[in-house]
Amino acid sequence: MRVADPEIEDILRSVSDPEIPVLSIMDIGIVRKVDKQGDIFIVSITPTYSGCPAMDTIGDDIKAAFKAAGMTAEIKLILSPAWSTDWITSRGRTALEKYGIAAPLEATADKDALIGKPNMIKCTNCGSMNTKMVSRFGSTACKALFQCEDCHEPFDYFKCLK
Amino acid sequence: MEQKALYDYLLLLGDNPTILGQRLGELCGHGPELETDIALTNISLDLFGQVRNYFQYAAEVIGNGATEDSVAMLRHEHEYKNALLVEQPNRDFAYVICRQFLFDIFHQLLLNELMSSKNERISAIAHKSVKEVDYHVDFSSTWMKRLGDGTEESNQRLTEAMGFLWRYSMELFKPTETETLMAEMGVGPDLSELKPIYMERVNTTLQASKLVMPEKTTYQYGGKTGRHTEYMGYILAEFQYMQRAYPNMKW
Ligand SMILES: [Zn+2]
Repeated sequence: MRVADPEIEDILRSVSDPEIPVLSIMDIGIVRKVDKQGDIFIVSITPTYSGCPAMDTIGDDIKAAFKAAGMTAEIKLILSPAWSTDWITSRGRTALEKYGIAAPLEATADKDALIGKPNMIKCTNCGSMNTKMVSRFGSTACKALFQCEDCHEPFDYFKCLK
Repeated sequence: MEQKALYDYLLLLGDNPTILGQRLGELCGHGPELETDIALTNISLDLFGQVRNYFQYAAEVIGNGATEDSVAMLRHEHEYKNALLVEQPNRDFAYVICRQFLFDIFHQLLLNELMSSKNERISAIAHKSVKEVDYHVDFSSTWMKRLGDGTEESNQRLTEAMGFLWRYSMELFKPTETETLMAEMGVGPDLSELKPIYMERVNTTLQASKLVMPEKTTYQYGGKTGRHTEYMGYILAEFQYMQRAYPNMKW
């Protein structure tokens, strides 16, 4: 999503996911819309997962970022259309990989990887494809746990959600 | 009157994931292995996330200063409308998986129907939730097959769990007055229509799991109309403790 006003876009870009600090909320694709009512900016965000505990923090962080810039924001949570990993930008995917989280594959490949088919996900540490799934449920709802068979590093994989 | 019916319907939708989520939460740190421990608590988190959406809406509908927390945690036992299935205890891992499986298959069918609800907000919640529940179905079905088609002991334990839990399955499909009304209004599905698909899906997985459908079951009903098993009071005592001890507390 693009925000018409570059100053507002910069403010939103400065806010990141508290669990993935390198990833701006603009690059996760959870900011859906910014409206203005009088002096107040209404920022519409959509949760990645229903139970994502980061959403409340993200809402507070957005309000704080606007306040720091001398403006006021309110948060509106919208559920529909539901968030999809397709909304992660290419900049976001690069940031994830650099941080050590493999970016989501396309739906079919994702399903194969998550039923345990080996060599599907590239190791974020050494780049090897010789990897296997350790657990399809990882440290947070959006991730699964993988391990590299070459460098032996465990790493997270961001699950495809459509 | 219509607001009251809508409120009741939101409780019917939200109380199953609430109580099941609480049961799964009890397993935090007690799963049989790390992966399943994380999986079960992640499923619990998904369910509570969905519940928040229903109960935030329910609080708006009923008004009078209600909040998602008061709706979730300050009702009396007979005011909870969850089915008896989800309050059954975590006897062993086979019971946990079997209970999950029997609920997940129903939950997925229900949400698929609710996506086309005439109530836009319920439809939006269903669109969001169904993506998560697809994962739950995968998880519990895979474990049904792994245990059923595993060792003699895992098969025997799962057979026992199925023999016990199956009696609670049909309550999910027996509509209350509220559910019948909501079906007429196009807000919710006709539950009886979902039953044949449910039976087919459960049977398919049972066959793949080398299990057989229990014979001669006396089905049990009551939870959806507020008549619960003896386990419910204990669940609520723990679930409600903080809100009762420290009214209006927030994390
Ligand atoms: Zn590696």
